[in-house]
Amino acid sequence: MCRLLRFLLLACALGSTLPAFAVSFDDTITHLGADPQSLRSAVGELAAANDPRALIFLEALRDGRVSFRDGEVLIKDGDTLKRARDGVAVTGEPGSAPLLNNAVRRGIDSALTRLQLTSPDRAVRLAAATAFADRPVRAAEDSLRAALAAEIDQEVIHALRLALAPIELQSEDRGKRLAAIRTLADEGEPRVIAVLDPIAKGDDAELATAARSAIDAITDRQWFRDQAGNLFYGLSLGSVLLLAALGLAITFGLMGVINMAHGELLMIGAYATYVVQNLFRSYLPGAFDWYLLAALPVAFLAAAAVGWLLERLVLRHLYGRPLETLLATFGLSLMLIQTVRLIFGAQNVEVANPSWLSGGIQVTAQMVLPYNRIATVIFAFAVLAAVWLIFQKTRLGLRVRAVTQNRGMAAAMGIDTRRIDAMTFALGAGVAGLGGVALSQLGNVSPDLGQARIVDSFMVVVLGGVGKLAGAVAGGMGLGIVNKFLEPAMGAVLGKIVLLGFIILFIQKRPQGLFALKGRAVEG
Amino acid sequence: MRGFLSLHTRTGWLAFATLTALLLIAVPLLNALPADSALHLPDYLVPLLGKFCCYALVALAMDLIWGYTGILSLGHGVFFALGGYSMGMYLMRSMAGQGVYRSQLPDFMVFLNWKELPWFWHGFDQFWFAALMALAVPGVLAFVFGWFAFRSRIKGVYFSIITQALTFALMLLFFRNETGFGGNNGLTDFKQLLGFSLAEPGVKLGLYWISACVLLTVYLLAQAIVHSKFGRVLTAIRDAESRVMFCGYEPLYYKLAVWTLSAVLCGLAGALYVPQVGIINPSELEPTQSIEMAVWTAVGGRGTLAGALLGAATVNGLKSWFTVAAPELWLYVLGALFVGVTLFLPQGLIGLVRRLRPGKTEEVRA
Repeated sequence: MCRLLRFLLLACALGSTLPAFAVSFDDTITHLGADPQSLRSAVGELAAANDPRALIFLEALRDGRVSFRDGEVLIKDGDTLKRARDGVAVTGEPGSAPLLNNAVRRGIDSALTRLQLTSPDRAVRLAAATAFADRPVRAAEDSLRAALAAEIDQEVIHALRLALAPIELQSEDRGKRLAAIRTLADEGEPRVIAVLDPIAKGDDAELATAARSAIDAITDRQWFRDQAGNLFYGLSLGSVLLLAALGLAITFGLMGVINMAHGELLMIGAYATYVVQNLFRSYLPGAFDWYLLAALPVAFLAAAAVGWLLERLVLRHLYGRPLETLLATFGLSLMLIQTVRLIFGAQNVEVANPSWLSGGIQVTAQMVLPYNRIATVIFAFAVLAAVWLIFQKTRLGLRVRAVTQNRGMAAAMGIDTRRIDAMTFALGAGVAGLGGVALSQLGNVSPDLGQARIVDSFMVVVLGGVGKLAGAVAGGMGLGIVNKFLEPAMGAVLGKIVLLGFIILFIQKRPQGLFALKGRAVEG
Repeated sequence: MRGFLSLHTRTGWLAFATLTALLLIAVPLLNALPADSALHLPDYLVPLLGKFCCYALVALAMDLIWGYTGILSLGHGVFFALGGYSMGMYLMRSMAGQGVYRSQLPDFMVFLNWKELPWFWHGFDQFWFAALMALAVPGVLAFVFGWFAFRSRIKGVYFSIITQALTFALMLLFFRNETGFGGNNGLTDFKQLLGFSLAEPGVKLGLYWISACVLLTVYLLAQAIVHSKFGRVLTAIRDAESRVMFCGYEPLYYKLAVWTLSAVLCGLAGALYVPQVGIINPSELEPTQSIEMAVWTAVGGRGTLAGALLGAATVNGLKSWFTVAAPELWLYVLGALFVGVTLFLPQGLIGLVRRLRPGKTEEVRA
């Protein structure tokens, strides 16, 4: 497949960029003989020819797919035969195969190396240099050094130096060996520790010291990378927790309603995303990549509507009776789960990432930062900012805060507290719906989605302290990051158990959470 | 004796006697009738009734802590499961050599390629030890947990939430294979208890009978507790904890005592439950399970022990019927029970009965 692509590229390139050096390749190919001497000199010429076709030809020659027929050089590519000089397909059987001896083979290998390392295509150069860095080859030393001298791309230079260093480590010249150790110390990956280790244990004191400090430097760097990775994944998990708990911070934190159906509001948000995705797939396939943006308001409104209904029909009869609220909302969550199960089935449904959220930023060979996780972090803080703005800068927010602080006084000032209750609850539910959109991009969407989250969400709110958005942020991020740092040490499940145990102990010490309300509100 | 008799009114004792007769005499008799008789109680119903007795025991335990003391626990599934696992461990040990692999180790350990018994499995080859652990492990866990929680005066929903977190954490723990309790599959495939084959209908009937006896005994015990001075203080804590403190009582010890007792009763229920059902696995630890236990009590009527029995029987009876007849509707029914009881029947079914019989406001007097 790869070769076929290169052939196609070649065919495209033929008309435009190639003529400048095409002469040399064509000349060589036209005068190519099937005997080892002729082949050897041809390989030498091709190595110097800066032509993509040379690469293809040499690879074919190495793999024994080149043949001669009627004065024409043919390359077998899969099931088709092609003319080497222009890539045109021909019919019939392959001709006689050329005679390759070891000298020719060696020549082919070094020519291929040089061609790849000097290819005008950066990706080809990088791939070749990385291949050498992964598996150092002594014979390639000169080609590598020549390529390093000519290279301008930082990433390729890095790979080339990594490829050269293990070779130079074996060199007779102590200066070169020291320099190589330093290079590895600066840029090495953990796997070169195996190469450095014998030197660190060797007799030469100066080399051993250098090798030991190189190993230390590499280990330190790896440690920092691991910690940075943990931090990122912790932030990402923290934003998921924050999104899941933010709505709860509103309904539980501000209104004191224990909403066990909160997880199901997340689930409704995720299913709303699923429905919007399917609608886009059927009716607007061209704009499919943007379905997520349309899903945001839909999920918000769907969850908010369900939340509003719950408040109107059930919860408002239960204000001031938290334990009853807990049971009733749990019952509601069962009904919501069963309803979704009947409509969409009990299985996971598939919600695709739009193309702009697939993939990620490659930081190092081991670490990728997926776009969908980065987007979740940004999204969580955007939602947080929006909620904060609503509470601090709008009339609704002012009223909500007034009702929270002193219901009687707020009512006396003419605020319809019942309506504010319903709207606050709907807002909290809507935010949960937005959380559901984010969850749908990160994992499975199933009717049980919310059940798995509800304990975590309550932990976040309880840890952060009731009644403060800052508490939800600190709780969510704190839990997420601590969780990810515990995970490598003790595994996902044990880490989580330790964390739950820690929260239980923490609440003993500080029942009011990290961010406690001060003053009279505490009594309420 | 007078004090004991005064636990119930005359009608109360009459009802209790009827229940006793029904559970202990009528069920075995009906079961003994020939199979073609219209009144015959089929064999498969006997363990089911035994299961209900265990659930009713849990509901009693729940009522003591929630109905009388006002502390809603969402962690009673933990104590139930711990009692069940203790009994399950004994049953696994007692069938050494009879498993699929004919090994002295339980099957799942052979499957995991373990060579010897983990330390915490030692001693469970003795029935008395397992029985003791079924009560002691939940009791100690509850005592320690309660000590920390009540000492820092965590109450109300906060207590409920951290008990739920405890349940969730233990569920995760028990789902792991490495924890050593059979992971996902739990403990199952039991053969015999104290030498009696668990497959025998007679043994099943015996187990049911023991469960019913335990239930009735615990019921009387609970009646004695709630009508004692201790029980009065519990109710006072429920209604006005601060005042109880101002009167010179330390609520911590009262709460801790009833909380631990409640956990031990749950452990007992779990230990009786496992041989009858034949399996114990981490699904008993799901938070949902614990909340359902609260609903048994709520449906029957909090703060009345008869209500707890009635609630456990009603909800589980409905569950057994619905999960066979219309499984997709069951969650709706259960959900509606949660909502309906909290909205319309705060006193539960017992409250409904009392409302329909005006004038008889208090059934029980001390």
